[in-house]
Amino acid sequence: MILKTKNLNLFYGSTKAINNCNVNIEKNKVTAIIGPSGCGKSTLLRSMNRMNDFIDSFSIKGEILFDEKNIYDSKIDATELRKSIGMVFQKPNPFPKSIYENIIWGPKINGFEGDKDKLVEESLKDAGLWDEVKNRLNDSALSLSGGQQQRLCIARAIAMKPNIILMDEPCSALDPKSTAIIETLIKKLRKNYTILIVTHNMQQAARVSDFTLFLYEGEVIEFGDTEHLFRNPKNKQTEDYITGRFG
Amino acid sequence: MIKNNLKNRKKIDSIFKVASKIITWSSLVVLAVLLYHVSITGISKLSLDFLNNFPSRFPHKAGIKSALSGSIWMLTFVTLISVPIGVLSAIYLEEYSKKNRITRFVEINIANLAGVPSIVYGILGLAIFVRFFQLDRSVLAGSFTMSLLILPVIIISSREAIRAVPKSIRLGAYAVGATKYQTIRHHVIPIALPGILTGVILSMSRAIGETAPLIMIGALTYVAFVPETVMDPFTTLPIQVFNWASRPQAAFHEVAAAGIIILLIVLLFMNAIAIFLRNYSNKKYDF
Amino acid sequence: MKLIFKRKLKLKEIFFEKIFALCSYLSILTTVLIIYILATESFQFFKQIPITDFLFGTHWEPLLEPKSFGVLPLLFGTLLIVIGSALISIPLGLIIAIYLSQYASSKARRIIKPILEILAGIPTVVYGYFALTFITPIIRIIFPEAEIFNALSGSIVVGIMILPMVASLCDDALQAVPKSLKQGGYALGTTSFEVIKGILIPSAFSGIISSFVLAVSRAFGETMAVTLAAGATPRFTINPLESIQTMTAYIVQVSLGDTPQGGIEYQTIFAVAGLLFIVTLMMNLFSNYIMHKYREVYD
Repeated sequence: MILKTKNLNLFYGSTKAINNCNVNIEKNKVTAIIGPSGCGKSTLLRSMNRMNDFIDSFSIKGEILFDEKNIYDSKIDATELRKSIGMVFQKPNPFPKSIYENIIWGPKINGFEGDKDKLVEESLKDAGLWDEVKNRLNDSALSLSGGQQQRLCIARAIAMKPNIILMDEPCSALDPKSTAIIETLIKKLRKNYTILIVTHNMQQAARVSDFTLFLYEGEVIEFGDTEHLFRNPKNKQTEDYITGRFG
Repeated sequence: MIKNNLKNRKKIDSIFKVASKIITWSSLVVLAVLLYHVSITGISKLSLDFLNNFPSRFPHKAGIKSALSGSIWMLTFVTLISVPIGVLSAIYLEEYSKKNRITRFVEINIANLAGVPSIVYGILGLAIFVRFFQLDRSVLAGSFTMSLLILPVIIISSREAIRAVPKSIRLGAYAVGATKYQTIRHHVIPIALPGILTGVILSMSRAIGETAPLIMIGALTYVAFVPETVMDPFTTLPIQVFNWASRPQAAFHEVAAAGIIILLIVLLFMNAIAIFLRNYSNKKYDF
Repeated sequence: MKLIFKRKLKLKEIFFEKIFALCSYLSILTTVLIIYILATESFQFFKQIPITDFLFGTHWEPLLEPKSFGVLPLLFGTLLIVIGSALISIPLGLIIAIYLSQYASSKARRIIKPILEILAGIPTVVYGYFALTFITPIIRIIFPEAEIFNALSGSIVVGIMILPMVASLCDDALQAVPKSLKQGGYALGTTSFEVIKGILIPSAFSGIISSFVLAVSRAFGETMAVTLAAGATPRFTINPLESIQTMTAYIVQVSLGDTPQGGIEYQTIFAVAGLLFIVTLMMNLFSNYIMHKYREVYD
C-alpha cells in the first residue's frame, strides 16, 4: 500500500469538497475514481500531488500519507514530492517545444546527468509513441495529433520515473481510437507504476482498473475490487449510478 | 398592435450603416491628407546634408544630426533602464504576488501612473534627477525621466503577455517537479516574449516621440553638437522639430516637415516590427 | 528505478522573488515622489498666494508687474481644448468603433485597425505642426477674425489625436459583448441599428464611458500640440478663435525661459502642475471605478 488517506477533508474556502475520506491505494495497481460531475474526483486526485496548492482558497484537514509520511507536513517540499508523483491532465498540454525537449526537460532541470537520448527513447517506448515519432524527435510537440500529444504527456510523466502517476480524465478529450490505445497503455504501465485515474466513463473504469472508488457529493460511497463493485455493488447508490439511473 | 414601420426602420438602419462607413474612411482620408501635406512640404529639404548637419540659423543649412544622435542615445539608455525593471515587475505581479489589498493598490497605482500627463513626469525628472541627483541636463537625466514615463506601460503590456500564457503549460511544468522560477524561466517567459517585445517596442516609439518631459529637464532646443558621454546635454528629434516649427519663418517650417518625415519613418519602422512580432507569436503559439 | 537528482537551492528561488518584488515597488515610489514634490513646492507657493486667489482669480500674470496669480485663464484655456477635442473625438470615435466591430469586413478591419494604431502613435509635436501649418490657415479662411494662434486649431488637432484611442477602446468594449446577445436581438426582428442602439451599446457601456473619460483625461494633459497651435496668451475667455494658453503650455513656456529656482515664478510651475495632476488623477480613478463597478461580466 503506497498511498493512504486519513480522515481527509478538502475545502475550497468554506465549501467542503471531500468529506472524511479514508482509502488505501495499492502499489502497482490501477485504481479508478468514478462518480457524477462535481462530486470531487479531480479535487481528490489533485490533492495527491499537492497541485491544489495553486488554488488560493484550498485548504485541507486530515492527512495523505505517501510511504507513511504525511505529504502536507510543513517539512515536505511539494516540488520534491511531484518528482515521485506525476500527473497527466485532461486536455493534453505538451510544452511548445520539440518532442525531445518535452520529455527531457523535467529530468534536466532536476539535475539529471545520465544518458539523455536513452531516457527519451525509453520513455517514448513505454508510452507506446516511439515508433511514430522516432524520426522526428526535433519536431514541435504541437504538430502531433491529440492522441499522440496525450501519449507524449504520459511519456513526459514517465521520464521522471515516479512511483505514482495521477491521471485526470486523460481520454475525455480524445477520439475512441486514441482512447483505446491509451487504455491498453495504462494496463501495461501498472507493472512499474501505481496508477490513480479519474474517469467519468464507467465502462473505462471497468475496463482498465483493478480497484474502483465511487465518490458522490464528496463522500466515499464504495471502494473495492473493480469486478466485485461492478458485478455486486454493496451500496444501492453505487448500483443506481452504474446502471445509469442517475448520471 | 405592433406598428408596421419596418420600411422606416430599415431606412434609418441603412443610413446609419452608410454614414458610419463614410465617417470611418473620411477620418483615414484626413490622416492621409495631413501626411501628404507634410511630405510635400518637407521632401525638398530631405538630403544627406540634412542628416549630417547641425541646426543653424539658416534654414537651408539646418540639419538633424544632433537631434538624431540624441534620440538614439536616449533610446538606448531608456531601454537599458526601463525594460529590465518593467518586465521583472510584471513577472512579480503576475506570478508571485498574492491577490491581496497591497497588490491591488500597486495595480491601481500603476494604472494611474500610465495616465499621468507626460509633463508631470518632466517635473519629477527636473526635481529628482536634474536637481537632487545633480545630473544636470544630461542624457542620463533625460533617460531616467523617460524611463519613469514608459515604465507603467511596459509593466501593463508585459503583464498581459504573461497572463496570455495558458495555465495548463504552467501546471504541466509543476507536475514534473519544477519550481516556480524554473517554470517562469523556461516556459512562461519564452512564450510571452513576443508579446512583451511588442509592448516594449510600442513603448519605445512613445519615448522617441515625447517632447514635454525632456524640455522640462532642460534638453536644449538648440544643440549644435553630438553627445559624447552620458552626462552631456542633448536634444532629440521631436524637440528639434518643435524648435523649427515654432519659428515664424516659413522656410523653417519646411525644415520641420523634413524632420517630421524622418521621425515618422523611424516610428513606422518600429511599428512594423511590433506588428510582425505579434503575428509571429500568434502563429507559433497557436494553442 | 528512481533517478538521481541534485538537490535544489531554495535560496536561489527566494533571491529571485525578492528582486522581482523590489522592481514592482518602484512604481509606488514614483507616485510618492510625484505627490511629494508637487505638494512641497506648491505649499511654498500657497504660503505667499492665498489658494482662493489662485483657484478663483481671473487674471494670470506671474512674470510681469503687476503680478496676478489667478489660474482660471489657464484652466479655461485647457477646458476649451478639452471640450472642443471631446466634441470631435467622442462621437466620431464611437461611430468608427461601431463600424469596425459591426459592419466592417474582416479585410477592412485588418487594414483599419493597424492604421488606427499608427495614428495613435504619431508624436504630438507632429500634430502641433499640422495645426499650425494646415488647420489654422483653413480656419482663418472660414473665420477671418481668428488669430494666428487659436484654441479652435488646438481643439481640432487634439481631437484628431485622441480619436484613434477612443475608437480602439470602444471597439474592444463592443467586441467583448458576446454574439449571443446580438443574435437574441436579431431574433426579435430588429434592424442592426436598433440592436446596436438598444443592446450593444448598453452592454458595453462601462467600457465605452471609461474610454471617454480616458480621452478627456488625455486631452487635459496634452502639451506640445497646444503649445504650438493654441498660443501663449492666458486669457479668461470661451471664444475658441482667440489665442489662449493651457496649463500645460504655460509650464513649457516657463521651462524654456530662464526662471531662477526658488522664485515665485518657479513655484507657479508646481502649483499649476499640481492642479493638473489632481484633475487627471480624479478622472483616471473615475474611469477605473466605472470600468470595474459597472463592468458586465460575460462568462
